Amino acid sequence: MNAPMLQTRGLDKRFGSLIVAQSIEIDLPQGARHALIGPNGAGKTTLINLMTGRLRPDAGQIRLGGENISALAPEARVKRGLVRTFQINTLFPHLTALEAVTLAVCERRGQAGRWWRKLSDHKDAIDEAHEILTSLQLAADCLRPTHALAYGQQRLLEIALALATRPKVLLLDEPAAGVPQGESAELFTAIANLPKDMAVLFIEHDMNLVFRFATRIIVLVAGAVLTEGTPDEIAADPRVREVYLGSAHHG
Amino acid sequence: MTTQIVGILFDGLAFGMLLFVLSVGLSVTLGLMNFINLAHGSFAMIGGYVTLTLMREGGWPFLATLPAAFVITALISVAFERTLFRRLYRSTALNQVLLTIGLVFVSAAIAAYFYGTVQQPIQVPDYLRGSHEIAGVSFATYRLFLLVVALFLVALLIGGLEYTRFGARIRAAVDDQRMARGLGIDVDSVFAVTFALGSGLAGLGGALAIEIVGLDPSFGFHYLVFMLIVVAVGGLGSVGGSFAAAALLGIFDVAGKYYVPALGSFLIYIVLIVLLFVRPRGLFGKR
Amino acid sequence: MPAIRTTPADTAPGPQAFLAAQTRWRLVEILFWLALLSPFFLLPTYLTLASQIAITALFALSVDLILGYAGIITLGHALFFGIGAYTAGLVAKWGWGEAISGLVLAALAAGFVGYVTGFIITRVHHLALIMITLGLGLVAVEAANSASWLTGGADGLQGVRMWKLLGTFEFDLWGYSAYGYSLGALFVFFLISRRIVHSPFGLSLRGIRENLDRMPAIGAPSRARLHKIYVISAAMAGVAGALLAQTTETVSLETLGFQRSADVVIMLILGGTGRLYGGIVGAIIFMIARDQLADMNPQYWYFWIGLLLVAVVLFLSNGILGGLDRLLPRRRGDA
Ligand SMILES: Nc1ncnc2c1ncn2[C@@H]1O[C@H](COP(=O)(O)OP(=O)(O)OP(=O)(O)O)[C@@H](O)[C@H]1O
Ligand SMILES: [Mg+2]
Repeated sequence: MNAPMLQTRGLDKRFGSLIVAQSIEIDLPQGARHALIGPNGAGKTTLINLMTGRLRPDAGQIRLGGENISALAPEARVKRGLVRTFQINTLFPHLTALEAVTLAVCERRGQAGRWWRKLSDHKDAIDEAHEILTSLQLAADCLRPTHALAYGQQRLLEIALALATRPKVLLLDEPAAGVPQGESAELFTAIANLPKDMAVLFIEHDMNLVFRFATRIIVLVAGAVLTEGTPDEIAADPRVREVYLGSAHHG
Repeated sequence: MTTQIVGILFDGLAFGMLLFVLSVGLSVTLGLMNFINLAHGSFAMIGGYVTLTLMREGGWPFLATLPAAFVITALISVAFERTLFRRLYRSTALNQVLLTIGLVFVSAAIAAYFYGTVQQPIQVPDYLRGSHEIAGVSFATYRLFLLVVALFLVALLIGGLEYTRFGARIRAAVDDQRMARGLGIDVDSVFAVTFALGSGLAGLGGALAIEIVGLDPSFGFHYLVFMLIVVAVGGLGSVGGSFAAAALLGIFDVAGKYYVPALGSFLIYIVLIVLLFVRPRGLFGKR
Repeated sequence: MPAIRTTPADTAPGPQAFLAAQTRWRLVEILFWLALLSPFFLLPTYLTLASQIAITALFALSVDLILGYAGIITLGHALFFGIGAYTAGLVAKWGWGEAISGLVLAALAAGFVGYVTGFIITRVHHLALIMITLGLGLVAVEAANSASWLTGGADGLQGVRMWKLLGTFEFDLWGYSAYGYSLGALFVFFLISRRIVHSPFGLSLRGIRENLDRMPAIGAPSRARLHKIYVISAAMAGVAGALLAQTTETVSLETLGFQRSADVVIMLILGGTGRLYGGIVGAIIFMIARDQLADMNPQYWYFWIGLLLVAVVLFLSNGILGGLDRLLPRRRGDA
């Protein structure tokens, strides 16, 4: 296995007296398909916020490809390939899906600060955006404003925006949250088909999906990593069953 | 020299206390709903005109008009809150600014229609006029009165917030509205009552201000700037912060006008800008 | 929200054509600009007013770029208008009466102040932002007032003498040159603004306005983008102020005042934000109404303005142009 793409070392975070991250150490190798699971409020989203720089850790380090990125601004981390999606849709309501993804493509290409050339003259960027949308089955509706898209399509657009930045490490925060059961497997198939060298960490509550699509599982409880292992190891772990599967609503 | 400094400190403090009474309601309502109410100064102006009218037309004694200024302003404000403001709690800051600025314009025009655009003086009773001399420094009686009223209000507000059930609800709602709702607190009606109290205080402040700064239709806008400074510096939703900020601003303003009159309000604005830049949540703001 | 889909997906334009269509000139636009030429022939007695309207429209356009497109609320943009006005006025007073270079200097001065204050503006939000824009405006008035040796203080800057425009056109009493000059400047900056909003940069501004939270997650340096548009807008406001100084050959403290900052926002809201023409239409209506009601006591003028603001916020949140959009058959694309 390659050296880890993303590493956290001793990440701590508390909100007042509430400890939400406790010396978290996670390694995400290239090509990973890891799941992050844990009960509601365990601190999963917070961990993604810490990794991507939305929140500042009280202590600890985040490394991307061996480089310490703890001091970088969120957008600088994205530029280096560390990208996330949001549990609750965080989109651009009045931009069309095409515009939104084109914007992300232009950002990646360093063209989004240009004011002297028309957007419509950036034909490659538009084509690239359209390809991404097509690959996620959004092409037919990509000229509609985001707020007019069906909820499931908006979840896909979350992923499309992330892909437009060409991530090396992709952190998906409950990509299927709120999506009907039938569609969520489809969505995860799309995730499974992401480029092989991309490291993916996804949060998901549905154990069927987790065991089907994850190669390794990290269990987070009350801000600390309880255990980490292959699906078989996790399934057999009595502690996991006790603190998580026993009490989980999806269990 | 020292007597001069004491005198300036005293005058500044008295002015600051006036600003506190005018602003504290805005601070709490902003902290509660994040609603930018630029019409707060207009509520203060209403209080001023209530006192003026009752004294002139009704022959009421000054002190008796003060509770009336409080109550009438509170009632008017709550009518606006229920009909207009509440529609915009979830709207953009821009819409809030526009709506309330619109109300400032309208209220100033109405005041001008009924009272003209000139300054309206009032006759405060004899026992509030003149001054007391203590250790060689003369203290204007009316300013002493202001100080007493303000300190009394501070005690009342802090006590009310800390030790009453309603106060606990307000604090909970300011701290975390979602959580407060989750605990079964009816945040909307808490807000309506707080809004009425805060605006009532502004009305009282407007009434108290006539003797110090006069009253004309531009009052609502002119003192709005001071109020916003108090709120911005004191931190949203903080009574203690507003108190400290108002005291500082009052002293700063009076001292500035005395020692460096050429600079006018220049210094205050500069300090404000620098402060907000360094601490966008205000000097005493927690959140 | 009305249903927006008017064309079935299979006949929809391709992505390239869709985005290209947004930047195309429409017939109404061309007619609109041609109509702006009509005062030369139809209303020659109103050319001075028309010139003031064009200047105010340019100012409103500059505010639309930051308020309408980037979501920066400002109650102090007259700061830049005034800086432009004083710069152009002083340059002319000191003996350099050439107009175009005066505009350039004014744009540079206002843009520079925009660059410096931009470090503050782009770091604060909500109430603090409103307070700081307000505060900066007030500081400028106080400063100009105390520096009366330079600015003429409350009496205004006197002794501004302009040379012939482009060495040919005298700034005449009737305002032929003034209106031609102001309208020309408005048109040039409109073209620039139009290009900006249809560029990738413009798209990223809309992204910031739509969801500031998402921008870092797609790798966008929002603060730098806001800073950039703020400087551009400041420079444009400076040009508007310079035009006023040059065409009226005087500068008053009022060019910096809160009233001007508030009025321009009102015009923009009235016309409709984030659509370039909103500020222009708003300026035309506002200025003509004020001219027609000039006899009215200013207090009462603001009574109606106040009512109008309340009404627009409650019932017409996209301004007049937004209202027209809803009435007329919908054109696709404009977001
Ligand atoms: N900004 C914040 N301030 C204070 N507390 C917070 C903040 N963000 C999250 N929390 C708290 O931290 C804890 C962890 O939240 P987090 O969102 O990370 O959980 P999660 O594991 O993602 O849960 P879920 O499965 O419901 O998404 C929760 O108790 C939450 O209330
Ligand atoms: Mg979560």
